Amino acid sequence: MSSTFLGMPATPPRSPYGTGNLRGDRKFPKAAHDELRNEQLRRNLGRATRTIRAKRLNVTGELPDWEALREAGSAIKTDTMNRLPELLEQLERKVTERGGTVHWARDGVEANEIVTRLVKATGSSDVIKVKSMATQEIGLNEHLESVGITPYETDLAELIVQLAHDKPSHILVPAIHRNRDEIRQIFLKEIPGVDPGLDNVPAHLAAAARAYLREKFMTTEVAVSGANFGIAETGTLAVVESEGNGRMCLTMPDTLITVMGIEKVLPRYQDLEVFLQLLPRSSTGERMNPYTSMWTGVTPGDGPQDFHLVLLDNGRTAALADRIGREALNCIRCSACLNVCPVYERAGGHAYGSTYPGPIGAVLTPQLAGMHAAKGDPNSSLPYASSLCGACFDACPVKIDIPSLLVELRHQNTEQSGTTAEKLAMKAAATVMKHPKLFTAAQKGAGIGRLVGGRDGRISHLPPPFNGWSESRDTAAPPKQTFRSWLASAEGAQAMRAAAGEYEKNRKQKEEEK
Amino acid sequence: MRIGLFATCLGDTLFPEAVKSTAVLLARLGHDVVFPPGQTCCGQMHVNTGYQREPVPLVRNFAEQFGDASIEAVVMPSGSCAGSVRHQHEIVAERYGDASLRAGVATVKAKTYELSEFLVDVLDAEDVGAYFPHRVTYHPTCHSLRMLRVGDKPLKLLRAVDSIDLVELPEADSCCGFGGTFAVKNAETSTAMLQDKMRNIAGTDAEVCTAGDSSCLMHIGGGLSRIRSGTRTLHLAQILSATRTSPYVPTEAVR
Repeated sequence: MSSTFLGMPATPPRSPYGTGNLRGDRKFPKAAHDELRNEQLRRNLGRATRTIRAKRLNVTGELPDWEALREAGSAIKTDTMNRLPELLEQLERKVTERGGTVHWARDGVEANEIVTRLVKATGSSDVIKVKSMATQEIGLNEHLESVGITPYETDLAELIVQLAHDKPSHILVPAIHRNRDEIRQIFLKEIPGVDPGLDNVPAHLAAAARAYLREKFMTTEVAVSGANFGIAETGTLAVVESEGNGRMCLTMPDTLITVMGIEKVLPRYQDLEVFLQLLPRSSTGERMNPYTSMWTGVTPGDGPQDFHLVLLDNGRTAALADRIGREALNCIRCSACLNVCPVYERAGGHAYGSTYPGPIGAVLTPQLAGMHAAKGDPNSSLPYASSLCGACFDACPVKIDIPSLLVELRHQNTEQSGTTAEKLAMKAAATVMKHPKLFTAAQKGAGIGRLVGGRDGRISHLPPPFNGWSESRDTAAPPKQTFRSWLASAEGAQAMRAAAGEYEKNRKQKEEEK
Repeated sequence: MRIGLFATCLGDTLFPEAVKSTAVLLARLGHDVVFPPGQTCCGQMHVNTGYQREPVPLVRNFAEQFGDASIEAVVMPSGSCAGSVRHQHEIVAERYGDASLRAGVATVKAKTYELSEFLVDVLDAEDVGAYFPHRVTYHPTCHSLRMLRVGDKPLKLLRAVDSIDLVELPEADSCCGFGGTFAVKNAETSTAMLQDKMRNIAGTDAEVCTAGDSSCLMHIGGGLSRIRSGTRTLHLAQILSATRTSPYVPTEAVR
């Protein structure tokens, strides 16, 4: 923050620097440089995003009230954020009443410690996991491994990512960057006792994973999940998924530990009516997802008998404190914005360096973890990883105005960056442009650009910082005459008179025809 | 109608043919075109790059130049500049301006139009008497499409052009990769987007790729020129201003 003085509130803490998975090790353009050369990634992403875009448009287009649903989704989330503290306390009360235990985690470090303590208390050294963004965000798996607890991801794509010691690259399809041959290799190398004759047929690969996981489901006594929604009114938690692995984790073990970002709370049970329509249609392009699991505290004799809910802040209150940026907390993690984003489609999820890639990641990550936590913080490049084309805003089921948030975060970045060469250039440009006489003089100066143009008027090389531009684009040399000098010239005056004369002629002709 | 023409800094300096065509077209439709000479830039580049204090004088200048009540409409051959005036000026004025700037911005915003929406919505003109006997494909620029919601207005205008061979651009609504300083800061990702746009343009076999923004056309045209593609870019206004008596003649080298 630039300055603090008496009477100003302190900013709520962001996710602590150096913890979790909310920051890459290099800026977006550098990371994208490598990813853009990954033909497999480009091909997979191009195909997958194109397919899912078409599916989404089909199932959203068929609903006559889709726009009204988006409005409702946006309104419910906005209302939720406006009274988040009271809703969270209500949720805590209801979960506790129904036999669950609620824990509050200020950040990822605290959440990891709480989960570790709870797992250790069961005596188990293994946990099975439901695909969860929150636990990915805080690096729970890495933490558990460091204390001798083995986490097993049970979502097929997460399992592939985990076995490959890799990171997810998509919110919904974490292994989107892998092909079936790679997956076969990963399974042959990492799954104990796998059939060495395993081929690359998707059904066979899935069967191999299934056999491996089934044994884990049957024997592991603790599960860790995230949550798509937590209902304050009833204390009900909900997970939506496709494969049924979630259902297994949520029902079979004795102990269930759910890590939920505090923004996932919804006021009423009835609100699910809106979100269970918005989420699957926006996410997988399905009318309904195959499995929706809901549980409220503990039900004696049925399902886990020990239930813990860990409410995770990790920078969310900091985001909530931002009048404009808080809108990003409305996100329901459907990934529709990733699938329509032309930047994501080419650069892929790893280029963003965070658990949250794509357009929503570019606005959420800097708010959760900050943009200037260290010198040259890679997160400061995220708001610029967009052409501001606006496709994400149109696709978002809760109408988050991501382009405006990106522009806002760019502003916050320049405000926090002090004096930079870019800022000086922008100031200089504004100084010239606010004085019409200086502007006209500068336009004449631009005419000098004609000298660097080739005989055909093409400029094919430009100095930094424009060399990246001229690498693949010619630039026309500035024309001899600006528009304003043409307009002031005899030629311009004559052209405008002729155009007006043509109108008069046409008008008279029409009158005569009448 | 008395129309204030905003040339845009880019159009005025680098792409004057598009602005000339806009001026001539509006005059040919019987309107009084005025060019406030103190106009410069709308400040979009500043705002989109993260600078909101620096463009305050630009926003103020714009409001002053076009604020006069005798100017009934402000028209510009750019979707992104119109988007900046309509959506960004008030953000800047709200945050760093004063009450008079906020009032000025609100007044000008209400009468600001991008060319195609002005022709179709305000003048109710789809057939503007243009003649353009060439194969053309249309790229809807992101800000005209999703910020201004011009929809198919440019296409309505193009369909009414005499002798035009209008061909649909596949994946038309995907961004060309320009994005202002995005094309400089993330040049390689921008290039990857441009390549796909150019592939789709090549598939149409069009002579001309048109759009409502000189900036995006500078990007697409720069790429097409580099690969010597044989398709050129041309601003929508240049097609609409071409007539049988004064047909389009190419003047600029690269567009």
